[in-house]
Amino acid sequence: MTSTPVKVSIRKLEKAFGDNQVLRGVNLDVAKGQSLVVIGGSGTGKSVLIKCLLGLLKADEGVIEIDGVNIARQTGGDRRLMARQSGMLFQSSALFDSLNVWENVAFRLIYAEKKSRKHAREKAIDCLAQVGLAPEVGDLAPAELSGGMQKRVGLARAIASDPEILFFDEPTTGLDPIMADIINNLIVERVKALGATTISITHDMASARKIADEIAMLYQGHIIWRGKPDEVENSGNPMVDQFVHGRAEGPIQMQVRRDFVSKK
Amino acid sequence: MNVAAATGRLTLDAIGEIGRIANFAARGGTAWFLGPFYWRAFGGALARIGYASLPVVGLTAIFTGAALALNIYEGALFNVEAFLPQILGVSIVRELGPVLAALMVAGRCSSAMAAEIGTMRVTEQIDALSTLSVDPFKYLIAPRILATTLALPLLVLIADIIGVYGGYLVSVYALGFEPTHYVTNLVDFLSVDDVTSGLLKAAVFGFLISVMGCYYGYKSRGGAGGVGSATRTAVVAAAVSVLASNYLMTSLLVEV
Repeated sequence: MTSTPVKVSIRKLEKAFGDNQVLRGVNLDVAKGQSLVVIGGSGTGKSVLIKCLLGLLKADEGVIEIDGVNIARQTGGDRRLMARQSGMLFQSSALFDSLNVWENVAFRLIYAEKKSRKHAREKAIDCLAQVGLAPEVGDLAPAELSGGMQKRVGLARAIASDPEILFFDEPTTGLDPIMADIINNLIVERVKALGATTISITHDMASARKIADEIAMLYQGHIIWRGKPDEVENSGNPMVDQFVHGRAEGPIQMQVRRDFVSKK
Repeated sequence: MNVAAATGRLTLDAIGEIGRIANFAARGGTAWFLGPFYWRAFGGALARIGYASLPVVGLTAIFTGAALALNIYEGALFNVEAFLPQILGVSIVRELGPVLAALMVAGRCSSAMAAEIGTMRVTEQIDALSTLSVDPFKYLIAPRILATTLALPLLVLIADIIGVYGGYLVSVYALGFEPTHYVTNLVDFLSVDDVTSGLLKAAVFGFLISVMGCYYGYKSRGGAGGVGSATRTAVVAAAVSVLASNYLMTSLLVEV
């Protein structure tokens, strides 16, 4: 660990849904200004991890510290106060259908920070420009935008209140490779400009290599490997190797494959 | 299959569900007072629920008043010109106006609330609200509950007037009644309590309709199928709660 102070610290985080133990004691530290990407297959608990960090799910056990304050047991107003220093880009963008684009981007400014609509609109247009969208886009409805444009608007919304921590949930899922690379570049550029700490989850290795300072792999509820993006190809961990190279054969046996084999 | 065990399980499930709905209603209700209150969301809900329901509520009321007038005329044995406006007025103002308007609003608005909030749930828009530091109960639920609770008495008041007017049209133009007799008999017989009891019922119906619409939308899961199921359940639950609470309130308001 470098001397950079730790922004987010996760200790022994556990979460189960009935008998299904999804997180089994996750430990992670993310330094201030660092970009950590958590990789892992579908159903390994990446989304559960990020939802616990955001307070959308309550962890069963463990500690989540942001700037040394344990937020794992915070609820209601305290948690929302903590949420003010973070931004989130959802996999589906999660734009509000009932509002136009600029109102989506300015949502937190208007409804949480009580800024005037005029000021909020100016800030929203500025954020849209930062992600390469023209001011006219601000007056469109989210349904009128392509998937790539919706991601850009989601990114603009996430950065609109200059957050200290940014979360990205599968930022390139559903995009063509060129648009995915454009989104990755925007993420790198905006995060650098903000100086924010970021935690991303993805199974897109091209995206992980591009936006990560460090990559961690989640498997069966544990972090099984962590290293630099240039180390991921030769991690020495057979599970990481299998995942990174996208091989069906290896120590990771997907549930669907086991079911298929057992039926045969 | 053990019938007693199945009955017991169903009963416990029903009690659990009522408890969850009551808890949800309490959270949604208290969110009005804790602030911040989102006036723009409230205004939008008031327009969608109140103003946009006027045509359907008005049409229901006028046809019900007109049909009721014919039925009373058919069944009356004597002095029908005096009794018809009196029976019609009390029926509309105390029962039919509030109940039919509430059922129309339940069909129109609780389904829309469940579908809208349910879609927001399955597309992560409600999660997005939380990450943007806005309490979904204050932004989504409280404005809808307050708007429906306030709008329904106003809709019922309008439905009362239109329903009685429907009876007037049939009485005067189809049955040949004297217009002044219709109005005099109606006004002399109806009391303020008749009207206010109907409006009080309407406020309770509005609260119940919105709670059902919001609750089933908020807890919907699993994509389009889940939202469809939530919408269907919300309408049925809203209609049943209107009819059941109508009996309870009527038994409390009527001096037996």
